[in-house]
Amino acid sequence: MENIQTLLAEGEAAVAQATSVQELDQVRVDYLGKKGQLTALMKGLGKLSAEERPAAGARINEAKQALQDKLSARKYDLETAALAERLAAEKIDVTLPGRGEELGGLHPVTRTMQRIEQFFAGIGYSVEEGPEIEDDYHNFEALNIPAHHPARAMHDTFYFNANTLLRTHTSGVQVRTMEKQQPPIRIVCPGRVYRCDYDQTHSPMFHQVEGLLVDKEISFADLKGTLEQFLREFFEEDLEVRFRPSYFPFTEPSIEVDIKRQDGKWMEVLGCGVVHPKVFESVGIDPEEYTGFAFGMGVERLAMLRYGVNDLRLFFENDLRFLGQFR
Amino acid sequence: MKFSEKWLRELVNPAISTQELVDQVTMAGLEVDEVEAVAGDFGGVIVGEILKAEQHPNADKLQVCTVSNGSEKIQVVCGAPNARAGLKTAFATVGAELPTPDGKPFKIKKAKLRQVESFGMLCAASELSISEDADGIMELAADAPVGMCLREYMGLDDRVIDVDLTPNRGDCLSIRGLAREVGVLNKAPVEFVEAGETAPQIDDTFGVELEASEQCPRYVGRVIRGIDPKATTPLWMVEKLRRSGVRSIDPVVDVTNFVLLEQGQPMHAFDLDKLSGKILVRMAQQDEDLKLLDGSDIKLNADTLVIADDNGAVAMAGIMGGDSTACTEKTTNIFLEAAFFTQLAIAGRARSYGLHTDSSHRFERGVDWQRQVNAVERATELLLDIVGGEAGPVTEVACEADLPKPAQVTLRHRKVNSMLAFEMLAEEIEEILTRLGLGVEKAGDDEWIVSVPSYRFDISIEVDLIEELARVYGYNNLPVRVPTASLPFKADRESEVSIDRIRRNMIGRGYQEAITYSFIEAGLAKKFDDQYEAVALANPISAEMAVMRTTLWPGLVKAALYNQNRQQTRIRLFETGQRFLPQTGEAESDQIKQQNVIAGLITGRRQPEGWSADASTVDFYDIKADLESLLALSSATDQYRFVPAEHVALHPGQTAAIERNGEVVGYIGALHPSLSKDLGLNGDLFLFELCLDTLRDGVLAVFNELSKFPESRRDIALVMDEAVSFEQIRSIVVEQGGEFLQDVTLFDVYRGKGIEQGQKSLALGLTWQHPARTLNDEEINGAVDAILSTLADGLGATQR
Repeated sequence: MENIQTLLAEGEAAVAQATSVQELDQVRVDYLGKKGQLTALMKGLGKLSAEERPAAGARINEAKQALQDKLSARKYDLETAALAERLAAEKIDVTLPGRGEELGGLHPVTRTMQRIEQFFAGIGYSVEEGPEIEDDYHNFEALNIPAHHPARAMHDTFYFNANTLLRTHTSGVQVRTMEKQQPPIRIVCPGRVYRCDYDQTHSPMFHQVEGLLVDKEISFADLKGTLEQFLREFFEEDLEVRFRPSYFPFTEPSIEVDIKRQDGKWMEVLGCGVVHPKVFESVGIDPEEYTGFAFGMGVERLAMLRYGVNDLRLFFENDLRFLGQFR
Repeated sequence: MKFSEKWLRELVNPAISTQELVDQVTMAGLEVDEVEAVAGDFGGVIVGEILKAEQHPNADKLQVCTVSNGSEKIQVVCGAPNARAGLKTAFATVGAELPTPDGKPFKIKKAKLRQVESFGMLCAASELSISEDADGIMELAADAPVGMCLREYMGLDDRVIDVDLTPNRGDCLSIRGLAREVGVLNKAPVEFVEAGETAPQIDDTFGVELEASEQCPRYVGRVIRGIDPKATTPLWMVEKLRRSGVRSIDPVVDVTNFVLLEQGQPMHAFDLDKLSGKILVRMAQQDEDLKLLDGSDIKLNADTLVIADDNGAVAMAGIMGGDSTACTEKTTNIFLEAAFFTQLAIAGRARSYGLHTDSSHRFERGVDWQRQVNAVERATELLLDIVGGEAGPVTEVACEADLPKPAQVTLRHRKVNSMLAFEMLAEEIEEILTRLGLGVEKAGDDEWIVSVPSYRFDISIEVDLIEELARVYGYNNLPVRVPTASLPFKADRESEVSIDRIRRNMIGRGYQEAITYSFIEAGLAKKFDDQYEAVALANPISAEMAVMRTTLWPGLVKAALYNQNRQQTRIRLFETGQRFLPQTGEAESDQIKQQNVIAGLITGRRQPEGWSADASTVDFYDIKADLESLLALSSATDQYRFVPAEHVALHPGQTAAIERNGEVVGYIGALHPSLSKDLGLNGDLFLFELCLDTLRDGVLAVFNELSKFPESRRDIALVMDEAVSFEQIRSIVVEQGGEFLQDVTLFDVYRGKGIEQGQKSLALGLTWQHPARTLNDEEINGAVDAILSTLADGLGATQR
């Protein structure tokens, strides 16, 4: 039984020498496995007397436990070291760019148009769309712009024939909506519009969002309140807004709305007015019972102001270096 | 309209600055575009008289002038060819400061020019920024007071105000009208220029007949005989005209233009001796010839009103006079015309001949229908003063029945209050309307009858009056409120895919949204579409923008080319918008189908360039995956099929028609290599286009019970002819796989070693699952056998 201590010392030395979890496991098998040397000592207990047996057994168990403790401690150390080594080996450069597709982006005109739509959708307006190739009636006649009206000169119109044209504004959609629906009406009409004019500040195609609200007891004050709030929300700024008398055949009173820029200059941003009774008459709404207001804004102009874009033509060149600046 | 502030202030002179005046009229709806000084900022320039002009001893082109400043004789060297003895001109004395483009004044000093001393400078109008005229030194009138400050003499401390008048305010297209408006805004008195009656000195008249009295209800004329053809227009009139943007021509024309500017009534002066018979106001005969004052030969349309004499048309009424009866430097006898042509008679006519004149501009917007006699009197007074002569009696031919009637408009107080959302006091309403020159008469508790003077022809209904009230009260002084209304729920079909969702999906897949023109070049349109003949604009802005697109591809391809030319090689673009497909409909509105579509384009690398990226370039299956992701948004993928097809713009071997339930709703494919080469593009481009309404029409999700039982998978590898499509294989697999076949995955396509030339191998993973029990091997093997035998029989596909 003297060799218990020798075996334990040998075992402990083997544990200390083991350099991997695998080697350590072999040490465990050699000493504590079914055929291990310390295990074998237990088998020798049978040769001892009944008096000696418990003490000897206890000594063997102590030795086994001692070795097991060494094993566990060594295993923990080895595993910790192995993990540390692995982690060190797996270190990567986290500053390298990620892999895969890049994010594209919405066109700034679409983005602006959606923003406008959302503001109005939030207060109960619905979005209506209509044809871009329009007839003279819906683009002009029904809006109190008869043939030869001087206001027609303000709309340099693209024609297909005497009666068919490219819409010069989205107001035709308002007419179409009023033709099929009685008030209350709250709509915004976004879309492409066309004017036969092309230079640095005019594009033959551009975008508008027009709005229309028709209900009982709608006043000039409601129009002012709506647009003043809209402009402040749109620019996220407590802007100074002014309302200037103007003229559109389809509204009366007609108004142009200016905002004050940082340089103190006023800049026109939209046109609006109280719906002209003749427009109501042409769509079969009683102007004595209902009143309404309409407004229209150029999307490119608002986008230019909002994002600081300095050249209208950029919107239609589709240069990726330009488009990529908007997400 | 451009006008001189000084001229305006002769009629009405409120105690406000130029800027205040500009702001005031702008906020009253007469928007000021520009304010410009009538001359440069200069000082020390006087009226000088050249007493002597002699050849410079050392320079051919210079003269040595002796100039009087009123008290001394001063030597000035001058290079202007028109410098001559007796000429009165602008004289910048030593110490004078002249304007320069950079704003720094140029100081006149004593100088030596080719050894001759010069004390000052004689100036051209351009050198004083009075006009562009650089053609010699200024020629002032013979009676110009020598020594007087030029600024004072010419009244140059003045500004030109350019006001952009809206079409409804024709009444403000004159100094008279503007003064009236400024008077109203400032509650200031206006001294209108009203000519007295000139008693006839001779009896001569010229006959006038109104055949088209509906178009011309009033025609006023007057003969003036014996004018001095050598007379010149006085400086004050030349300057007023110039500041209104009108060039001085000769005294007769200048006076008619002056009256137009002052009174708002266009006029014309005929050379009486060139008129024959009598004046007849009538509609033109179709293709009747008329040579205009500007020398152009016009073939008239029958919708055009003309002034004719016995020999034919002599003027396009209200637009421009004719050449044959125009006044010239020899004219001594004239016939003055001031007529009232209705808006409808003139509107659009000038434009239809490519003309636009001060006269047509006013008649189109309307003129005061009671102003004609006054205008003739005013012109007479001015003419007699400037060119002399003897005036005959004023002749007026009018058709009362066709003249406008004085308008009477009912105004209801409650309507004012409800439209402006506040209680406007009755006194205030009456005061504003009265100030505007309207007649106001109470008609009951809540109403007024308002009579409208002839110069406010734009007012005819109640809301016109309410607008005037709001305008004079000040739009910005009116209350502000936010509308309230009950908000019903809006219908919202959940299965409908929003355009926003579609766009965001494209963006998530690396696409950039583009917006291209709806009109394109006709030739390009043809290259992309041989099915539809693109609808052409009658008045395109250029050949590049001449026809309406029938597909979005040309725009996207051009955008790709634009970017390739700017060193961009990886391009992913999409656009949503309308395409315009001509139809053979009966009604005009059915002849063009305007269809919303979405189109996409990719070219270049499959992945963005990067340290670990796949360097390969895109192919058909990349764009197809993008398109499939769009179809998946609708949850209706099962309804779509990709069918091999042909398209004029696409590669014949890489084109599919996209069908939904058997109907073609779009195309996908590779841009045809010859078209790509033709357009100068680099690399392969892939395109798709799909009807947006179809795409948005989705299917609502329906829950399927999840099976608790294990699934079984079998992989099969098949060899078949190249011509057999995956779709053919797939449909047989689905048909023969039984109702519990859950999924078919194509996990390999192989060609090469071990597979004969002209054949390919497809490897499929098939998954079965039963909702209520475990499927046994026999069942699955049975299904696999059925699949394999049908594939072998039907498509000659054998197991590998």
